[in-house]
Formats: sequence, structure tokens, C-alpha cells
Amino acid sequence: MESFLPGTASLIDCVDKKLLVVLRDGRNLIGILRSYDQFANLVLQNTLERIIVNDCYGEKERGVFIIRGENVVLLGEVDKDKEQDGYPNLNKVSYEKIKELHEQEIKDKKARELQKQKILLERGFSEEFGDYDLY
Amino acid sequence: MLFYSFFNTLIGHSVTVELKNDLTISGKLVSVDQFLNIKLNDIKVLDQQKYPHMDSVKSCFIRGSVVRYVSLSKDLVDTALLQDATRREAQQPK
Repeated sequence: MESFLPGTASLIDCVDKKLLVVLRDGRNLIGILRSYDQFANLVLQNTLERIIVNDCYGEKERGVFIIRGENVVLLGEVDKDKEQDGYPNLNKVSYEKIKELHEQEIKDKKARELQKQKILLERGFSEEFGDYDLY
Repeated sequence: MLFYSFFNTLIGHSVTVELKNDLTISGKLVSVDQFLNIKLNDIKVLDQQKYPHMDSVKSCFIRGSVVRYVSLSKDLVDTALLQDATRREAQQPK
């Protein structure tokens, strides 16, 4: 198999399985992997989007999701024995609410990152290019 | 392809991968490809409390582009051999 599909060849045994996908902006998607390619572009079916911010989480049914590979952090196979409907230790809030919290968290992170850049620049480090990883 | 070959020799051993989002995962290395995508089995997440979503996952695929470090046990690395391989790779005509 390896010789036909360079790169993500090892994903072949994840197809049609339930996966947890973590994205670079910190969102979690849980769905059934239907297709992928060498960049780890993914197609997920019956996707559930979950966002966790501090001790709150929210979720929303998303249906079919096509993910561009560069946004993928990791995919994990969901273990059926350990699978759970939610997080008993966290508070469930509405999707709108969690979205708001999540956006705020990203904004805070960006501000912190800019601050850090500024200080490093003042001390003679060169500026980093490209967009920040805002996980 | 040097590091690809290097990581291939580590298959089956325990490694710890630190991602750019500060998530640290240790587990048994199952496979590596030429982008240094990494597949781990029997994973354990450092600071599990902070990442509750990883509880239900026992094997995972990590995209090479998000890896910051891979830490290995000292005896898994033969530095002399690695040095030799580096020289050989550098001498290879392009």
C-alpha cells in the first residue's frame, strides 16, 4: 500500500472508523472518516463539533465535514469502551456561548503572542513571519 | 530522507511527542512517513486534566507539521551512526 499512496498511507486503516480530529484552532470534531489524501485533507461524516474552553464545553451536530489538511493537528481513534457522551467534569453550555468564549480565548492568545513578539523584538530578536499557531 | 530513515529505526519503541499547541503525548511509535507524520499506539497525554477530550483516544495519528519536539530515550539513539549517515547523505550527489 505504502508505494501507492505517499505520505499519510497509514491512515488507510482509520477509514470508516469513528475518529476524534483536533484542529489548529482548538476545536474537536468527532465523526466517521470516509476519505483522505496525502496532505491529510479529510472527509468526516456524522460530525459532532465540540469546543472546550477552560471548564466549559459546547457541541453542535455538523453533518459532513471536509477539512483542509493544514488545519489538522491530530486524529485519534475513539475507543468504544472509553467513549462518553460528554465530559462529566465539565459544564455543558450552549453552542453560541462556547463559541463566544472560544473566540475570546483566541483573541487573548493572539494579544499575548503579539506582546511576546514585541518584547522579543525590543531585545534584538527578529520578527517571526507567517501566521501564528492559535491552537 | 535521513530523519525518515532514522524514525523508521525507532518503530516499536516508546517516544514522547510535544506538539506546537503544548500538548505532549507519549506512546509506542507505530509508523512514520516522509512528512514525519507520526502514528502512536497506547498513548498517554501529559497533563490529562487539561485535555479531557483525549481520554477516549488510545491510538492517534499526528500530522508532522504540528510537531515541535520528539523526545527519545538516550539508548535509542546511536549518535556515531547518525553522524556517519549525515556525512554520507551530505556527500551524495544531488
